[in-house]
Amino acid sequence: MLNSSLQQLGDALRAGKISSVELTQLYLGRIAELNPALNAYITLNPETSLDQARRADALLAGGKAQPLTGIPVAQKDIFCARGWRTTCGSKMLENFIAPYDAHVITQFNDAGAVNLGKTNMDEFAMGSSNETSHFGTVKNPWDRNAVPGGSSGGAACAVAARLCAAATGTDTGGSIRQPAALCGISGIKPTYGTVSRYGMIAFASSLDQAGPMARSAEDLSLLLNVMTGFDERDSTSLQRDKEDYARDLDKPLAGLRIGLPREFFAEGLSQDVAGCVNAAIDEYKKLGATIVDISLPNSKLAVPVYYVLAPAEASSNLSRYDGVRYGYRAPEYGDLTEMYERSRAQGFGEEVKRRIMIGTYVLSHGYYDAYYLQAQKIRRLIAQDFDDAFKLCDVIMGPTSPSTAFNLGEKGDDPVQMYLSDIYTIAVNLAGLPGMSIPAGFGSNGRPVGLQIIGNYFAEAQMLNVAHQYQLATDHHDRAPQNIGL
Amino acid sequence: MSLTNADVRKVARLARLGMTETEIESAREQLSGIFDLIAEMQAVDTNGITPMSHAQDVTQRLREDVVTETDQRELFQSLAPQHQGSPQVEAGLYLVPQVIE
Repeated sequence: MLNSSLQQLGDALRAGKISSVELTQLYLGRIAELNPALNAYITLNPETSLDQARRADALLAGGKAQPLTGIPVAQKDIFCARGWRTTCGSKMLENFIAPYDAHVITQFNDAGAVNLGKTNMDEFAMGSSNETSHFGTVKNPWDRNAVPGGSSGGAACAVAARLCAAATGTDTGGSIRQPAALCGISGIKPTYGTVSRYGMIAFASSLDQAGPMARSAEDLSLLLNVMTGFDERDSTSLQRDKEDYARDLDKPLAGLRIGLPREFFAEGLSQDVAGCVNAAIDEYKKLGATIVDISLPNSKLAVPVYYVLAPAEASSNLSRYDGVRYGYRAPEYGDLTEMYERSRAQGFGEEVKRRIMIGTYVLSHGYYDAYYLQAQKIRRLIAQDFDDAFKLCDVIMGPTSPSTAFNLGEKGDDPVQMYLSDIYTIAVNLAGLPGMSIPAGFGSNGRPVGLQIIGNYFAEAQMLNVAHQYQLATDHHDRAPQNIGL
Repeated sequence: MSLTNADVRKVARLARLGMTETEIESAREQLSGIFDLIAEMQAVDTNGITPMSHAQDVTQRLREDVVTETDQRELFQSLAPQHQGSPQVEAGLYLVPQVIE
């Protein structure tokens, strides 16, 4: 069961070979056993989960099942779920019980899926190692001295350690793809505007996008079918016809043109990762693809641009945490200003404060043109690079992350080093394009390597096809960590 | 780029983040490093480029002017910041710290 695809699990549920309650209990049992060491989950409500499973079993018995009915899914703790504590990894929201469901949660509920629990994450999704969480670090199940990546580190860990059938994540600068790569799983960030941001706690609204994390591209397609769709409550939700993201999975890849941006294979890429990515490219050649040399000349500016735009948006979004309306309030203060300053100083962690400071600075009087406006102009240049590249190729491939998972604590004192670990993923968010990461082997240290696939706008079905054909030909995605009780 | 402690103090004040002098000193060092990274942008010629504020070129939708929310006052009241284990509310109102004498 633990290594079954979502399709196989769904088939087993619909055939009555296992009930949703049994499946949910199986995962809850594993979580009870393994989560104390891995820390993938922040909040569990076993009774709520089992209630949902019982309702799913009733649907299954009544022949009213949809593809994901009865399947236990872990939800990133950035999604508000009615009645569930929703912390966003922060002390600021340590006791916040969400009074409503995010659109993503509603979609999974309507599909009959079971909310298995809320997964750990970097505080307000700001981080690349899950070390900024107020609720402690998450361990990488492949090597517990290593980080799982971030910010969706709990989700990636839970999928890799078989502590859920699938999970959700969000990706502002790489927060689905980088932890997917570091934990040896598959994850996709769809085109900006495809999944509603309603009820997803805001970090950088022009970049934030939710997506699924699972063990295979085929699983991702089923999850994306549930998560996507127009929602009028998100002003940037796109009005498009509903798609079946699994429709192209079985297409052959003959004639596929894969663009390799030379900037992604330059200095800074570790040997381990380069070796696995090049081997994956060779596999694609065997599957009939042709390789095109492309250039994304402004991609080196993606990190600096991102660290202006994302903190600027964050400083505005996080101004709501003022100690008055909800969330943490400092116990002692003199006047109103001191209440704000102490509540925010005590409620936010170091990285969040750092980004609020950057954002406040770049938006402050006299600096707006030099920083914010300049960054928005370069953002367009970065997007145009991709436009030009997609005239020459169908998909772009490269590494997801410059190295395999680094050690816990390794980059803790150096924010710039941490920021550079997202060097290959950030440009995709700035352009609003879909991007995914799939397992492509292991480094010499035994830690997983991810292959990044970037598609044109709305090319998710094609990217999933490209990923699925590779997964039919290879078995990296089927490998499981040791010591997870399989 | 080198920030001064006074710069950091001013930004912390604007952002309503209380910081000790030690914290200001360490924030100054780290922010200076980050702004060195950001400074790579400054050399790029962006004359005539239209700023890109969003990934998709979409305009705001209009909707019918109808009530879409239901009254959930009791639920929301239960979420007010707590004091000694209970939400700070009274007679359907939210209690906030007194700011005017």
